[in-house]
Amino acid sequence: MAKGTNTELQQGLAAVMETESITDLQRLSGGASRETWRFKAGNSDYVLQRVRAGTVGGFQVEPRVLAVAHEAGVPVPELVIDGANRTELGVPFMIVRAVEGETIARKILRDDEYSRARGALTTQLGIAAARLHQVDPARVPGLVEDDQVNRYTTILQDLGEPHPVFEAALRWLERNRPDSAMSCIVHGDYRLGNMMVNSDGLAAVLDWEIAHIGDPMEDLGWLCVRAWRFGGAFPAAGVGTYDELLDAYASVTGVRPDPDVLRWWEILGTMKWGIICISQAATHLTGIVRSHELAAIGRRVCENEYDLIDLLSKGPQ
Amino acid sequence: MTAPHDRPTAAELLEALREWMEQDLFPGVEGRLQFHTRVAINMVDIVARELELGPDQVVRHDQVLASFGMKDDAELAAAIRAGTFDEELPSVMTRLLPVVEDKLRVANPRYLR
Repeated sequence: MAKGTNTELQQGLAAVMETESITDLQRLSGGASRETWRFKAGNSDYVLQRVRAGTVGGFQVEPRVLAVAHEAGVPVPELVIDGANRTELGVPFMIVRAVEGETIARKILRDDEYSRARGALTTQLGIAAARLHQVDPARVPGLVEDDQVNRYTTILQDLGEPHPVFEAALRWLERNRPDSAMSCIVHGDYRLGNMMVNSDGLAAVLDWEIAHIGDPMEDLGWLCVRAWRFGGAFPAAGVGTYDELLDAYASVTGVRPDPDVLRWWEILGTMKWGIICISQAATHLTGIVRSHELAAIGRRVCENEYDLIDLLSKGPQ
Repeated sequence: MTAPHDRPTAAELLEALREWMEQDLFPGVEGRLQFHTRVAINMVDIVARELELGPDQVVRHDQVLASFGMKDDAELAAAIRAGTFDEELPSVMTRLLPVVEDKLRVANPRYLR
């Protein structure tokens, strides 16, 4: 990134924040379509997310989702500026107050500093999800419903690589769909790695980019997928049991979710991550982004096939 | 050793590369570069295991496909997608387990329970 561009960003931020100077501007990690920056204005720390120049996308609904989640008692970074339709930074953006803590799963699961957090996390994650799912989806116009079985059937077909285990999982999912009476706002990427954790446990749920309308168990199932346990011995975020998670959820909603429905969503999540692994390797193989890291992810596909076989060959069919 | 090539064999070359990456390269770098070096070492390990185990695994894979009456994964995947095995999906999964275990023995043996 050219130095001149940084100065330009600093000036834009000063205008947005209505302050004299922006300090400590630093680029954090970013996804394919977004840039994330941290900066100081006055004595407070903020995080800026902005659309990467030249990519399609924006912040159409995310600021609104953050606001209703906050109101519902979900720990989230506080929205400071909804820049979806503002022009100061050249592209759509969003500014939130920085939350301190750790997102690296390996540290959260192993470092002594987080031993108390590990004891509290499962219950906190169950409660936070339940609070989100109780929000009336009509409060966030523009959120779309997403049928993940159809979506990933199409994605797998388009990738053009034969994977009999994923085909079998998709058929099984299609034929065993739960009777879902409820559709609510789901986070869509509710897992360790997207959770800011401090020594007391959950500090904030981050990365609301793919929030959508769906079944509430989509979030809990995804949280339990083996990849997101990062080697932890327990299903819920690597640290908790299914019972702890479901009990915490029920303490808010008054209704204990059906463990078989949770299991259906964990199977779906495992299939989904497996297909995302194929797709990440394809990003390298087709030359969109040449990267040995993306290439290596292609050899993680079979971890998910293994987990799917394990999940489908036990329990109710 | 595979004629007409001289030693080191392909496996021995990888072993030498791995030792250098592990002992010299990895400790000399940090942060993101160290993470990417770890990824690279894992990739060398995968290739080394595939060289060793791959030939036998081809045979087992063919046997499993033959037990379904299929010539390759594409044919089996298409049949599953078409609904041919709808009434026996969990058992189809179980029959594919030996193939998936073989893939893990190469990609990440520690993942096997």
